[in-house]
Amino acid sequence: MSQPTTPPAEGITRRDMFKGLGATLGLAAYAKALAPLTEWKPFESVEDFLQKHYSELSAVDLEVVLKRIEKDTKKQYGADVQVSADRPQPGVKFGYALNLSICIGCRKCAEACHKENNHDRPSHQSYIRVLEMSNGSLDLEKGNAHYDHPVPAKDKFYMPIQCQQCDHPPCVDVCPVEATWKEPDGIVVVDYNWCIGCRYCEAACPYHARRFNWSKPQIPAAEINPVQGYLSNRIRPQGVMEKCTFCLHRTRNGKLPACLEACPTGARVFGNLLDPDSEIRWVLQNKRVFVLKEELGTKPQFFYFFDA
Amino acid sequence: MPESATTVPSGAAEFWRQYPRFLARVLWEAFDGSRLFYAWMTLLTAVFLVGANAWAVQVRDGLAVTAMSDHVSWGLYIANFTFLVGLAAGGVMMVIPAYLYHDEEMHDVVIIGELLAVAAIVMAIMFVTVDLGRPDRFWHLIPPFGRFNFPVSMLTWDVLVLNGYLLLNLHICGYLLYMRFIGRKPNPKWYVPFVFLSIVWAISIHTVTAFLYCGLGGRPFWNTALLAPRFLASAFVSGPAFIIIAIQIVRRVIHSDFGEGPIRTLLNIMRVTILINLLMVGSEVFVEFYTGGSHTSAAHYLYFGLHGHNALVPWIWSSVVMTVIAAGLLLSPRAVADRRLLNLACVLAFAGIWIEKGMGLIIPGFIPSTLHEVVEYLPSVMEWKITAGIWALGFMIYTVAIKVTINVMGAGRRHFSVLPPEA
Repeated sequence: MSQPTTPPAEGITRRDMFKGLGATLGLAAYAKALAPLTEWKPFESVEDFLQKHYSELSAVDLEVVLKRIEKDTKKQYGADVQVSADRPQPGVKFGYALNLSICIGCRKCAEACHKENNHDRPSHQSYIRVLEMSNGSLDLEKGNAHYDHPVPAKDKFYMPIQCQQCDHPPCVDVCPVEATWKEPDGIVVVDYNWCIGCRYCEAACPYHARRFNWSKPQIPAAEINPVQGYLSNRIRPQGVMEKCTFCLHRTRNGKLPACLEACPTGARVFGNLLDPDSEIRWVLQNKRVFVLKEELGTKPQFFYFFDA
Repeated sequence: MPESATTVPSGAAEFWRQYPRFLARVLWEAFDGSRLFYAWMTLLTAVFLVGANAWAVQVRDGLAVTAMSDHVSWGLYIANFTFLVGLAAGGVMMVIPAYLYHDEEMHDVVIIGELLAVAAIVMAIMFVTVDLGRPDRFWHLIPPFGRFNFPVSMLTWDVLVLNGYLLLNLHICGYLLYMRFIGRKPNPKWYVPFVFLSIVWAISIHTVTAFLYCGLGGRPFWNTALLAPRFLASAFVSGPAFIIIAIQIVRRVIHSDFGEGPIRTLLNIMRVTILINLLMVGSEVFVEFYTGGSHTSAAHYLYFGLHGHNALVPWIWSSVVMTVIAAGLLLSPRAVADRRLLNLACVLAFAGIWIEKGMGLIIPGFIPSTLHEVVEYLPSVMEWKITAGIWALGFMIYTVAIKVTINVMGAGRRHFSVLPPEA
């Protein structure tokens, strides 16, 4: 121990003065550098920050949370909204099928999704991407999501892709905090108030079904869909993942998904896979159906078929 | 450092009595030194502050300030994270010869590798943290308040092994240094088992980090069993490369000539590992390009560009050229005698692997996307600032740690081993 552990007490030297000056300037620089953090408002209240995982909320807790979200939406976006937390119905497992022979690639479904689910306006976000494919190949690599011409084009067919609500969802497995899970009615959901935004699920999903909120979503108050679900279309916070939920705030109340209602050709078939008399069951039994990337073992509950 | 009071049954109070003074000394060492030290630390602080400011803006405005997108959803941060986990694991290549083969000279410098592991892990953890969309929700990971998706999520494994490795190395370095500080002989019981554990643990951190990527069936570029072995081989190049340079800098600062033997040992290790790494890269390239098919489009994009998009092509070819030149230089007999040649080889190997295991590994995993769209990615200025800031902080931690070690053990000593000679 050749050096003293404290500076020698011989009055203030020039060196000490320089050090003091340096330390002061250094602290000021730190304060200045980190100043933007003071403008960061990740949560509106302490209750928001301390909110428990969705599955741990009691009925009373949940009621308080929903009211708080409604209040915060009013404050931040100036819109009066009703946020509900509809539970899955027993005996229901949702499935979706899409008729590739009929789809004309008009992207009405993607547009309806954009509005229904309160997506960010500037980025024109939607849970649905429509690929224009060339006849003779199902190779996604030959698809094009950026076509810009009247549809349907000659020798093309169209393939809308959204969350496949897999029975073995890789996105759920990888989440480090259980912020995403598969509900009993088959829908994979995200607790937007629990997600930490690591985007591992986005890397794990083979269908490009997940979206990240790179910034705070912007929607004019007049365009906000006020009928909202906690696990579905309420306005998402900045920095969390989101995804298609088959419009569970509609479908759990007996309605159809917005993308289906918007489809002008009737290419989309939605229903309860557990109901033997449902239309979706009829399609699965009578059409030649396939799923995307079957070899990955994800067991999609979204099916494609051709009429002919 | 983290041991409990029960570690020394006879006079635990006596053992801990000087601990506050030890901490004060460490703090003092961090803020006092020569003019060169001040200049270096001021420069690093300035770079760190630029990064801290960029991060504060990113947290406020969202990750939209980065160049990442829903197509390329991980970028420069996760690339650096992956590389740094390797650097941390590579630090252990000092420990294996020292303890497994009783290399006496290696004992003298083994702490240089262990402190590198500490600095690299801290940086790796910071890179993951700045990548989070919601750092305020970090506590969601921590039981019992949070929900830890263990053992299903590989990310939870990574959290455990990285923090475990950090604690292990802090304990080993902290214990040995403190014993030296109070002038007592270290008790092998309190560090040797941890040293052996750290060897196994070093392998585990990089294996688990590889499993993060190669376990994803939807990303064919990563979905290869060769990924974990490749990670280890490249880690055992970049780690020794850094340490060879670090030894020489420390030597110059304290006017000593220790470390010749360790440098030769590390050179010998690199001669093997750099070839194994090249062999594995070549093997992957063969499988990708000979087989063909749509699964190879990511490799095609990386090496030759795809549909006119070729942002990564200059990166990966610089990496290939640097690694091949480094391998040639290392294998040349002159590398043993000619320090400039060796240093050049180390710098080239380090930079080559930083690209190969960083941008060259992470980005092609996302290009083309899972729906086969090609959306390119090059880091934004904000990402570069934050990245530089974290590296600056890592260098600060490493500088102070090495300085404390040297001074606690007495400057000007020929060796600065923290171990007694017979250990």
